[in-house]
Amino acid sequence: MGRVGIQGVTKRFAEVTAVDDLTLEVADEEFLVLLGPSGCGKSTALRMIAGLEEPTEGAIEIGDRRVNDVEAKDRDVAMVFQSYALYPHMTVRRNVEFPLKSRKVPKTERDRLVDEVTTMLGLHDLLERKPAQLSGGQRQRVALARAIVRRPQAFLMDEPLSNLDAKLRVQTRAELIELRRRLSATIVYVTHDQVEAMTMGDRIAIMSEGVLQQVDVPQDVYARPANLFVARFIGNPPMNTIAGDVTRVDGGVGVRIPGGVVELPGPLGAAVERRGAERIVLGVRPEDLVIADDGPIKATVSVIESLGHERHVICRLEDGQLVIVRQAASIPPPALESAVGLAVDATHVHVFDADTEERVDA
Amino acid sequence: MTTPVDATVDLRPGDPAPVAPSPRRRRFSRAAREAGLAYALIVPAFLVFGVFVFYPFVRNFYLGFFSTPPFPGQPKNFVGIDQYSDVLTSNDFLDSLKVTVTFAIITVPVGIALGILLAVLAHQKLQGIGIYRTFFSSTVATSVAVASVIFGTLLSPQVGLLQGIQTEPSILQNPNPIIDINLPVIRSFIPSVALVAVAVTTIWQNLGLSFILMSAGLQAVPDDVQEAAEIDGAGPWSRFWHVTLPLLSPTIFFAVVVGSIFAFQTFGQIDLLTPRGGPLKTTNVLTYFIYDTLQFSKNDGKAAVLAIALFGVTLILTLVQFRFLERRVSYER
Repeated sequence: MGRVGIQGVTKRFAEVTAVDDLTLEVADEEFLVLLGPSGCGKSTALRMIAGLEEPTEGAIEIGDRRVNDVEAKDRDVAMVFQSYALYPHMTVRRNVEFPLKSRKVPKTERDRLVDEVTTMLGLHDLLERKPAQLSGGQRQRVALARAIVRRPQAFLMDEPLSNLDAKLRVQTRAELIELRRRLSATIVYVTHDQVEAMTMGDRIAIMSEGVLQQVDVPQDVYARPANLFVARFIGNPPMNTIAGDVTRVDGGVGVRIPGGVVELPGPLGAAVERRGAERIVLGVRPEDLVIADDGPIKATVSVIESLGHERHVICRLEDGQLVIVRQAASIPPPALESAVGLAVDATHVHVFDADTEERVDA
Repeated sequence: MTTPVDATVDLRPGDPAPVAPSPRRRRFSRAAREAGLAYALIVPAFLVFGVFVFYPFVRNFYLGFFSTPPFPGQPKNFVGIDQYSDVLTSNDFLDSLKVTVTFAIITVPVGIALGILLAVLAHQKLQGIGIYRTFFSSTVATSVAVASVIFGTLLSPQVGLLQGIQTEPSILQNPNPIIDINLPVIRSFIPSVALVAVAVTTIWQNLGLSFILMSAGLQAVPDDVQEAAEIDGAGPWSRFWHVTLPLLSPTIFFAVVVGSIFAFQTFGQIDLLTPRGGPLKTTNVLTYFIYDTLQFSKNDGKAAVLAIALFGVTLILTLVQFRFLERRVSYER
């Protein structure tokens, strides 16, 4: 197994910059998730590591060698494609065997490795079938087996679960986590699904429009988003982000938003002062907002969505923008169109510069 | 009097299900009516085929039972199956069949191989590749006559660029085998210089179609499967051999079957380029032989037998191809 290094890599297709000056270090045996909306450049980044695309600028390292000029076939990485990309004319056995055959592994050794991997993934009874005769989940496992069989330096996975139905996806996700523990492999995993990212990754790298936004352990990405993009992208339902003006309240710093003033905790207020920002964006996750009669923000209940175990109360602020409050189902629901007060758990608010969209207390 | 079915009747398991009374008894079942409609819709196509295919075929078969008299005006003789056995065992026929088979063996594989080669070359993401694609496919818009005139000129002993001026005999008049091999059976299958020249013309003319077919086949090979093979450590040759070619096999199979049928029906090039299937009948393919028998020998009985023979040979060849080649085709996607 080995590390993967990406140094100042840029990829341009004609007019479009798909990846812009990306620098990222994946440690040996780390599971790094590249997360972002479609078109953010995450797949292009993965394809550059694989050798399927050439970077316009920058260097890519696998293990301790620079691989920019190394062909894909000689990079010693394995990839699992979104479409699985199995060889349709080959049986499961021959599919799994193909990478070994390409590398001229002797027949007895090949048979042993194929047996070992297919047994591990529960494919042993399907060896003589062709991909067309397999279910989506089985094909996915064949793709995994083909990747695992030759023990590459790193695994590259491009949305490997997105073609599975919801139930199978949850199950396969768990299997993948377990498999990863057994293999202790270096994995770069591309997805647009934040649940996959949060549950599987040692660290998450979030990209948007070709630019890396933040790299952190899942908990920190959630608890301390580096900018507004990350704040809005991570979390479901998404974080409420409300623009407001900085104002002074009883010696402290507050932010005036439509419907009231929210007082910022001391250190956060100090950070805002240091920046000298006048216009900021307040970020509050739905679970950090509570409906309280004495809450400082005046709002009107607009829609109530009940999910069974919890409830999303969507409230309208004075200027019409909506905020989401997450409530336990055990709390009695407010009446529709009633005026309510909203209170903020001040220790959990996030403040972003309205111009740069960066986190103020980074 | 029948009991009307009542919705409130208490049905127990095992009771027969109540049958809704039909408003009016139909004479035919639904399936029979659909079948009737289907036959009615087939009738027009059947009529066209009947007039232009089935009747001529049967009539042709029938003609083969009559020998053509040596002088016009004399009545035809019914000779029955004798004419079939005479013609089909004659050296003329067997030689012509040999020439036809040899011609197909040269043109079909080479044409397909070149088509695959050009298609793979043109399947690159390069600027200006469209110009090459246009060049490669251009012969599809060239008729047999045009191709023959082009090659006839190129091979002309007077002005031909390929022939070289004043070489005797001219390439298209040269009945000598292209290579001299002294092995008994193989020797008779070695094509003459003239036949090879016609074959080259044919390959050139069919190359556009072959290229277009193979390009379409290549488009259907998913990029990610190729990329997976690349990452799995396969070099360009191995990817072509283990991934591209198998996935192209349905297209290749189609091209082999259709190309063989075309090759067995070659006529225009022979007629335009060679001296009546010559020299020394070394380019006398079956279709030309039929034409010659009818047009110059005026022997319609023998021509009919030859036409039936061509049909039979083509049919058998196609069946053999399906039997032995199709097993190696992978249709999975």
